[in-house]
Amino acid sequence: MTDFDVAIIGAGPAGMAAAVEARSRGLSVLVVDENAAPGGQVFRAAEAAAQDPAVGPAIAPGLPLVAAFRGSGATYRPATTLWHLDADEGALSLAAHGRAEDVTASRVILATGAQERPVPIPGWTLPGVMTAGAAQILLKTAGVVPSGAVVLAGQGPLVWLLAVQLARAGVASLVLETRTTSLAAALARAGGGVWAGRRLLAKGLALMAGARRRGVRVVTGIRGPRAEGEGRVQRVAWEGGSAPCDTLLLHEGVIPSTHVSRAIGLEHEWDATQACWRPVADAFGGSSHPRIAVAGDGAGIGGWEAAVAAGRLAALDAARRLGALAEDAFAARTATLLAVRAAALSPRGFLDALYAPPAAVLAPADDVIACRCEEVTAGAVRRAARLGATGPNQLKAYLRCGMGPCQGRLCAPTVAALIAEARGLAPGEVAPLRPRAPYKPVTVGMLAGGAETLQQGGK
Amino acid sequence: MFRTRPDARPATVEVLVEGTPVLVPEGASAAVAVLLAGLSAIREMPVTGSPRGPLCLMGVCFDCLAEIDGVPNRQACMVPVAPGMRIARQRGAREARP
Amino acid sequence: MPPRTSDAIVIGGGLVGAAIAWGLRGQGLETVLLDEGDIAFRASRGNFGLVWVQSKGLGAPWYQRWTRGSAGEWPALAADLGARTGLDLALQQPGGAHLCLSEPEFEDRAARMARMQSEAGNHGFDYRMIRAKELREMLPGLGPSVVGASWTPYDGHVGPLALLQALHRAFTEAGGAYIPDARVTGGTAAPNDFRVETAAGAFAAPRIVLAAGLGNADLAPRFGLDAPVRPQRGQILVTERARTILPMPTTTVRQTGEGTIMLGDSMEEVGFDTRQAPPVMAQIAQRAVLSFPWIAELNIVRAWSALRVMAPDGLPIYDQSDRYPGAFIANCHSGVTLAGAHARLLAPMIVQGSLDPVLAPFSAKRFDVPHAA
Repeated sequence: MTDFDVAIIGAGPAGMAAAVEARSRGLSVLVVDENAAPGGQVFRAAEAAAQDPAVGPAIAPGLPLVAAFRGSGATYRPATTLWHLDADEGALSLAAHGRAEDVTASRVILATGAQERPVPIPGWTLPGVMTAGAAQILLKTAGVVPSGAVVLAGQGPLVWLLAVQLARAGVASLVLETRTTSLAAALARAGGGVWAGRRLLAKGLALMAGARRRGVRVVTGIRGPRAEGEGRVQRVAWEGGSAPCDTLLLHEGVIPSTHVSRAIGLEHEWDATQACWRPVADAFGGSSHPRIAVAGDGAGIGGWEAAVAAGRLAALDAARRLGALAEDAFAARTATLLAVRAAALSPRGFLDALYAPPAAVLAPADDVIACRCEEVTAGAVRRAARLGATGPNQLKAYLRCGMGPCQGRLCAPTVAALIAEARGLAPGEVAPLRPRAPYKPVTVGMLAGGAETLQQGGK
Repeated sequence: MFRTRPDARPATVEVLVEGTPVLVPEGASAAVAVLLAGLSAIREMPVTGSPRGPLCLMGVCFDCLAEIDGVPNRQACMVPVAPGMRIARQRGAREARP
Repeated sequence: MPPRTSDAIVIGGGLVGAAIAWGLRGQGLETVLLDEGDIAFRASRGNFGLVWVQSKGLGAPWYQRWTRGSAGEWPALAADLGARTGLDLALQQPGGAHLCLSEPEFEDRAARMARMQSEAGNHGFDYRMIRAKELREMLPGLGPSVVGASWTPYDGHVGPLALLQALHRAFTEAGGAYIPDARVTGGTAAPNDFRVETAAGAFAAPRIVLAAGLGNADLAPRFGLDAPVRPQRGQILVTERARTILPMPTTTVRQTGEGTIMLGDSMEEVGFDTRQAPPVMAQIAQRAVLSFPWIAELNIVRAWSALRVMAPDGLPIYDQSDRYPGAFIANCHSGVTLAGAHARLLAPMIVQGSLDPVLAPFSAKRFDVPHAA
């Protein structure tokens, strides 16, 4: 007898949609999320930010979903971290407000979302260098904006969206676009996604025009951006140019957050078009482990509309597996959702081709810090790989990359790419680090207190 | 190098950053309070002592470790502000306190 | 393709194999060190880092002496590796304590230490049973449950991962051939003539050393040897870095050179299962908090489980094959403590072609109990 039919990790679009759907099938649902409010990253703090003219338009589409989730009857545990998951037993170890709690679930849906791809450029450890996503979080959670000279460096839809949002908030930024793929080349490469691509292109061009109209300055096709300054960023420079800078916001797209899915040993595959690892999953999110499903951007970047469909599909699959939904009803309900998701995913090929990250972002130059926590340079990683560290696990033993507080969340993609390069392998031939619990730090005391609970529980 | 937009989100919560009172909007994290206080660096690295500020603000990078209400090494971006919260820089490795 | 020939092949790139290979190379042998890839059952990436003497060899004084001898070789090993690689192994040998959390634990420990001393005979065995009052002067913030400790001057600790890297680097830079991704898939043996097939090619040499940890169980019979070893799971927790506070290691709590505090460790008979188990992690945390209550507020930033390499009696196995002279085996679960002995005492014996009589009691023949009718 488990505590819940379904446990969902993450209250972003996929997690919220999965919870709503699973509840509507009569399943008992637990949703665990690290943040204080539902929404994930794209609809972060949606309820609080809805009235802010800078971000309101982008957040509005998420409000009905947040409301449906709030009303779904799912047990919602915000500000709670999952620090261990025993997939075989369906046992979740949670921590919230300094207390440990253990719960069990018949099925677990990982809806862990995306994180921004690390952008290791010279000087990226200087204070004042942040990610574009961080600037959005400032806006959504607090209405706060950077002042002084604000520079966005990188590429992708988020760069333009952020430039417009900052402009609406009265901040005229400088955009340094690193894109080198031409629109024509991306359209050609995208093949089947051409029509969706054109639609998006029109939307994107409107965004860019809007940004320029609001005073955003743009330099396109820049190479070799670097942050410079004493004690904090003061200047951003690139090949053939430089500009004063108080806040540098980096962005080279997003990648799936696979910390938990890798830690529990799910099978993963290399996604060459998105240059990232993703858990192997069937059409309904079923992973290589019979109890675990993955849904949303954590299973491969597709955006929030695809994530909502994927969350519902994973929930319907859970209902079917748990005997709450007959096969024919399952087939009927999933058919529409599969089509919705396919439509939402159709422009991805175009976007991925257009915004392919530069090689120097994936595997930076020797003097650039690859592992921020332990302050290990790319050159040190390359040397260790040549000494015989054939993968990030042995490399971690050599250099401590992945042993710092972030546990390799940020450096794992870079380290794997550097090892692959040093050993003459394709990027997908070096698997990323295998993380271990605790997935987030927990205090010794909390864990020790858990021992008493467990012992008492066992009697 | 950061500012609030009182028209959109009034700053109503008073916290102490390195002992100085700062007004921040409700819903902001402790890391945001540090930025609004004008501090660029929130911690000094235990490895080389170099200064760091928040990078991702979404719980991934752990570069916003700070001492919050006397508890060292907390991920400041994951801690919402509360009235009277004391936020201080994390300077190198923490003290263990017998 | 003809096999790559050398003077010696060492199978196993963990601490045991790397220390022996480094020792062989130091004696002038062309040495090939074969290792597996990034994912393997690697005790050497999971150990606690103690250079530990006081708990070793009750009822087996030869093991006590071998361990003491290795601790004695450690300063020279660390200095040598440090000078060659520039890596700081963070070796400290200030003595160490085994904390007792109850009177019965203290009494048991006292009896054990007395027996160790009497078994040591003329070799001597310095130790003290220290009561809580005095112990509080030696270790900060002991918990009220601590009633005392055993202490010996021989104990210490070191950075085990720095050791692994230093051995690999020193070996490679001295001209040794470290071959990763070379899991052994086959081999042939004749006296002083060995050949192994691996995923990374074939290798031949007149000497071979099996140091593949748990892998030795399958490898040994091919070379006329025996290694009845089994996995024993150990879990370890590591806290965030703290400023230096612990002046000496204890059996289950030690502060590393980086400042993190390691909390160990479990002994679980679960076969080849490297999953982590929160109830066991909780017990480790609980004992740590009983020992040092101030540890409770520290964050655990990492934890892991790994598999010890255990013989039936828990002691190391050292042997040379009777049938195929030139084939040696080394198995133990104390690859850190015994690194000094492996690099500086065992390797020269292998070069000379015979194990010293002090190692005779470690032969796997000790397990050949005649079957009763």
